[in-house]
Amino acid sequence: MKLNVVVLMKQVPDIRTTNNDVLLPDGSINRAILPTIVNPNDMYALEQALLLKDMYPEATVTVLSMGPMQAADVVREGWFRGADKGVLLCDKQFAGSDTLATSYTLAQAIKQLAPVDLVLCGSQSIDGETAHVASQVACHLGWPQFTFANALQVENNQVTVERQIENGVEKAQTSLPVVISVTNQAPVCRPKNAKNVMMHKRTEVLVWSLNDIQADANQCGWTGSPTRVANMKPLAWQAKEAQQIEPTDTGIATLMQWIVR
Amino acid sequence: MNNIVVYLEIDKQARIADVSFELLSKGKELSMQLGCQLEAVAIGSALEGIAEKVMPYGVDLLHIFDEACLVPYTTLTHSKLLVALLKEICPNSVLMGATAVGRDLAPRVAAMLQTGLTAHCSDLRIADYTDNNGKTYKAVLEQIRPAFGDKAMTTIVCPERRPQMATVSAGVMKPVIFDANYKGEVIRHDAFKWLTDADMVVTILSQTTKAATNHLKEANVVVAGGYGVGSKKNFELLKELAVLLHGEVGATRAATDAGWIEEDCMIGQTGLTVRPNLYIACGISGQAQHVSGMQESGIVVSINTDSDAPMNKIADYVIVGKIEDILPKMINCLKQKNA
Repeated sequence: MKLNVVVLMKQVPDIRTTNNDVLLPDGSINRAILPTIVNPNDMYALEQALLLKDMYPEATVTVLSMGPMQAADVVREGWFRGADKGVLLCDKQFAGSDTLATSYTLAQAIKQLAPVDLVLCGSQSIDGETAHVASQVACHLGWPQFTFANALQVENNQVTVERQIENGVEKAQTSLPVVISVTNQAPVCRPKNAKNVMMHKRTEVLVWSLNDIQADANQCGWTGSPTRVANMKPLAWQAKEAQQIEPTDTGIATLMQWIVR
Repeated sequence: MNNIVVYLEIDKQARIADVSFELLSKGKELSMQLGCQLEAVAIGSALEGIAEKVMPYGVDLLHIFDEACLVPYTTLTHSKLLVALLKEICPNSVLMGATAVGRDLAPRVAAMLQTGLTAHCSDLRIADYTDNNGKTYKAVLEQIRPAFGDKAMTTIVCPERRPQMATVSAGVMKPVIFDANYKGEVIRHDAFKWLTDADMVVTILSQTTKAATNHLKEANVVVAGGYGVGSKKNFELLKELAVLLHGEVGATRAATDAGWIEEDCMIGQTGLTVRPNLYIACGISGQAQHVSGMQESGIVVSINTDSDAPMNKIADYVIVGKIEDILPKMINCLKQKNA
């Protein structure tokens, strides 16, 4: 089965293990102290694409990312694991995009890669945590969507997913093409392959600008973003004096008298 | 025109989700500040009694789409109908729950309407906004949400375009009856005026749901464990203490990820929000992600080997020590008291 799969992958600051130093006094994020990684859930989407390629060897997997030039590393991470192609969308006019502008830009690039059968992405990013992009890319393409998929199968042009719903899961089906966002309940991504690393270590990543994807500048970047950050405050907990309780039988017995009625 | 709209989340049994009632109450509050009306949209099947259920929350206009094909929820049908309606009524703001359905539907609807959307809000306010060029926008919807792994709170606005759209986490707002005898208008719409075959291309093959296995949301006492609990075995101590206190056991993401306790016990931004009178934090460092789900608790006790744990700063009582030393002492105390 000839299947053209595009995986949306994002480079994000690794905010998972940091302390409060990550925020500067003005509330902006101190990116300088943070390492960058591929958004963790996007790796689960990549694995689903590679599993489809294992099953259908004629399938092609294209990694599509958007960001500054250093985000080309994301495309390489895809190549090292078996992706065939990669494109980075990089243009000053893409800067400051909210999810509406981001999804428009990604959808324009997907149109350039046509015919595409399947678009996969992580269910959400660890920096924005909006989970908007899958739905909005699907909307811009006019395709159906399955968000929060734990598992997916493609057979004879039909896609079946198991996706998360409130307090449970549902099985749903539609025909290609479709956009699917993948959760971290799917299988983890395979490691880098040494042969692929050697092969792609110096491969240039294809970079597309606004003109390359025939995008309308008014729908991209800051200009195309309806939302604005009015302010950002680091979360500082209200300081209040906690009472220390001695970890002794007496200390705890006294505490229990206070807190249990 | 320029009203507040709440999308009601309705299940197969025509039950309305808790978060929808929470949003109606917030929506009513906002609409009174703005001097506009509160509208609700019900898309589902067998919706006979729905008006009686929502009117007491102060709904001025209830829009109903009642067709068998609208249950279970699918993205394409619900987004088509909601967008068609929203284009007709041109609201000021649209609110949805940050649930599986709301998180799937809201971004699609926002993109169809080419407007902004803020995810997972924990508060909504009306205020003026002045941009960097000094231009002031009157009475916009301030959408407040955690950011950067919950290390900050961000206020997002959508100054130019309408509607302003937000999804709101379940449990953070309180459902309040506005007027038990409130009577708004009901408008029944014909779904097939808008739906086409192209909206029916997704088939739901099956749904498996299980009832919540705990009562954490309503619990008066919560004994919660973090990574510092150290083992599944130690979680048994938390359970024993919770039973003696007639409470429930909760956990942080680190503890559920470690497999020590079921995932539906997770308290925090991406899990449950709890408001017990007594919250006993066992081996919980106090990451903002977790704290946002328990900060409205009454008395907070923190048990931790690290005397500098951030949780100790928000606690009323701090015990520095190991879970396996402290909890048995608490359990003994209660057993003696009950004996």
